[in-house]
Amino acid sequence: MAKTKVPAIDDWFRMDFAEPQLLGSRCTECGTYFFPKESHFCRNPNCSGTNFEEAPLSPRGKLWSFTNNCYPPPKPYMAPDPFVPYIVAAVELEREKMVVLGQVEASVKINELSAGMDMELYLETLFEDDDNEYIVWKWRPVA
Amino acid sequence: MTKEVAVLGVGMHPWGKWGKNFVEYGVKAARDALADAGIEWKDVQFVSGGDTIRNGYPGYVAGATFCQAMGWSGARVASSYGACASGSQAINNARAQILAGLCDVALVVGADAAPKGFFAPQGGDRPDDPDWLRFRLIGATNPIYFGLYARRRMEIYGATEQDFAKVKVKNSRHGLNNPNARYRKEVAKEDVLSSAIVSDPLHLLEICATSDGGAAMVLTSMEYARKHATDPVKIAGVSTVTPNFPNTVIEMPNFATDSAAAVAPPETPFKDSITKLAYEEAGLGPEDMSMAEVYDLSTALELDWYENIGLCKPGEAEKLLNDGHTTLGGRVPVNPSGGLACFGEAVPAQAIAQVCELTWQLRGQAEGRQVENAKAGVTANQGLFGHGSSVVVTK
Ligand SMILES: [Zn+2]
Repeated sequence: MAKTKVPAIDDWFRMDFAEPQLLGSRCTECGTYFFPKESHFCRNPNCSGTNFEEAPLSPRGKLWSFTNNCYPPPKPYMAPDPFVPYIVAAVELEREKMVVLGQVEASVKINELSAGMDMELYLETLFEDDDNEYIVWKWRPVA
Repeated sequence: MTKEVAVLGVGMHPWGKWGKNFVEYGVKAARDALADAGIEWKDVQFVSGGDTIRNGYPGYVAGATFCQAMGWSGARVASSYGACASGSQAINNARAQILAGLCDVALVVGADAAPKGFFAPQGGDRPDDPDWLRFRLIGATNPIYFGLYARRRMEIYGATEQDFAKVKVKNSRHGLNNPNARYRKEVAKEDVLSSAIVSDPLHLLEICATSDGGAAMVLTSMEYARKHATDPVKIAGVSTVTPNFPNTVIEMPNFATDSAAAVAPPETPFKDSITKLAYEEAGLGPEDMSMAEVYDLSTALELDWYENIGLCKPGEAEKLLNDGHTTLGGRVPVNPSGGLACFGEAVPAQAIAQVCELTWQLRGQAEGRQVENAKAGVTANQGLFGHGSSVVVTK
């Protein structure tokens, strides 16, 4: 029986495999974006805003940097046994003017990446247990 | 200069994996610092402890823990935590007490007994804590951030793995004769490049280990110092700044940078601003520095610091290294102690140890690693969650 796909964390991204988006927030007074969401007080020191709207972030950006992690991290990372290395990317979003981290789609090789290339958001399994597959956002090069 | 305080004594417990309690390391370092200063424990009026969060409650109240172990003396006490910057927080708090005229003699102590392997977040389920979530959702260990910075240098400036490896080779030579260093073995470029890759492009030998260790110093008012020593080394500037909004460089433990959509990035990025304030307080600039102790958590990170502390322009760090300017005997040796490459990190002690090293250098007591004609030096470091840390020390 197929496992149920559930988000690894609630409300951080849209669980839409065709059109995934990270869910940030935006101060309605000054327009600053936040990821993860800020919902109490604006962190722009020149702004006293306390109202925020949900802001789905740009699903595409430019690769700022990347690295391949070859050692199993400690808990609470749920590493498979045997361990599978993974790439982490930092991607620069044009409209939001911010850099967002994420793992890279498992099939991508590090020599396929270079700074400045176009990346897009993608949803993939982070880990699984007997019942569920836990889904997280990842980045991958735009085909 | 009324803002100066004197470094009357320094002491360290050698770095290593000794399997003892952190208190022992701290007390050993403190006693050495007091002996070096020629001051009795009971003459200390203020004790400033750097906290360790990995050794239970005594670590959270490190200042009082050291006081109890030295023998309660009624001294006033404070404990500081600022992640890797805890030591300079403790130095700064002691300095503030002295400059405010609240005390003449302060003892700064930091010590750690470190766990094995990667730094892991605190235990338990804490889905509101970004430091927990970065491990859970991305597996973003500290070396991952180091890997991102290193790869960025390669992509933007054309740095090579060879350049990074040379930092390790240099530091391993610097630390060879340092009695407090944990690793005292020459490392060849080939050793570095053939060690396992941890976070591409960084190899195992390019990422600092965690160590046990302790460091301490006696700080006093200049007036008090003049009665006890001729020409003591001075702390001329301390910076413990936080970033300015928006901080546009991705930093541990964050998932994203601040957004610059509404406010333009500050003229001086965070890591550049750290030493800037310390220089300003000292009335000196990078060109006045004889040496620097910077936080080489990774080899590539040392190169970032060259630029951040003003030794060269962005993109020129590899050249500065390859021309030998940052090697002992060069224009401005960096990490003459051997740096974290030879020490491994003992979190709350490390920023204090950096100042101990500069003190020995300025006194001409850095046997086997002496910077010739040293007149001034700067330390630079950064603690998780936006803690800048820099101290300018002068003769
Ligand atoms: Zn705002």
